[in-house]
Amino acid sequence: MEMSKSSPRRHGTSSATKTAKPAVAAVSRAKVEPLIRAVNPADLATVVKIDEKNSGVGKPDYWLDQYERYLRRPKERFFLVGEFEDRIVAFAIGEIRAWEFGSPPCGWVFSLGVDPSARLRNIGSQLIDAMSESFRRAGVAKLRTMLRRDDNLNLSFFRSLGMMAGPFIQLEKDLDE
Amino acid sequence: MKLQKATLFALYAVLDLAEDRDKPRSAGEIAEKYGISINHLAKVLRDLGRAGLVEAARGVGGGYRFVGNAKRVTLMDVIEIFEDIRSGAGDARDPGASTDIGTSLHVVLGEIEDIARATLRSVTIETLLKHVRRDRDQRRAAAAE
Repeated sequence: MEMSKSSPRRHGTSSATKTAKPAVAAVSRAKVEPLIRAVNPADLATVVKIDEKNSGVGKPDYWLDQYERYLRRPKERFFLVGEFEDRIVAFAIGEIRAWEFGSPPCGWVFSLGVDPSARLRNIGSQLIDAMSESFRRAGVAKLRTMLRRDDNLNLSFFRSLGMMAGPFIQLEKDLDE
Repeated sequence: MKLQKATLFALYAVLDLAEDRDKPRSAGEIAEKYGISINHLAKVLRDLGRAGLVEAARGVGGGYRFVGNAKRVTLMDVIEIFEDIRSGAGDARDPGASTDIGTSLHVVLGEIEDIARATLRSVTIETLLKHVRRDRDQRRAAAAE
């Protein structure tokens, strides 16, 4: 089912193409009705812009690659966007990963972006709610993400959703040592 | 990381008052609930008042109220009123800190402190109260079964 910006405003599922039909869950709770839906190819340019506003680096090739990865396994990968007043203002990407580092299957949120002009409207929470529901429907019961230690904005956001430190510790080293 | 008594009392008081900010409570009520010294708590509450996190009202129905922004004030904001935990284990002035072993040891201890500070900076009063309410609901549900 295709959904365009001119479609009646509602929460629900949509697919990016006829070959990709992700099980994006419907979530409804905001007083002002944002639309959470699966990404369309036409949304990518806006996703790139939102990310560039937040990170200071434009990476169109990276986001195209993410989109193409999402298309390959739409039942396990979820690329969602949030529309507000007929404008894409947020996106989130998540994926079910299994058995890496000995971990049973769990849903990873590995990217979340909200246009600075649309912050404090709860749209980030709704994206994660929709992502969580998609993970649940796909059979996983754990949500996981990883953040920079000094990224206080996003750390506070994910903690406000009830997320806490998990059982893994990330380690690294410089290879020129 | 071990917090000083005053810091712990301040966190108890702020969280307790923020949970029901429309209901003022006396220092005695809070002290009794947490089993802590009322004299020590009274001093802590004065410090919290000076920091703009609580206000005291006199008279009937008076007591302390939380007046901060629970969605913005973090555990670290409260802690920093009472102690400086910005530099702890990695303090180069510690005896032996400049030796080879001392330097490497302080790097590892500093790593632990960094994680602790990042955690305290990211947990707001509202977030912690969400945990409190969730845990309480789960206990009640388990008790009802």
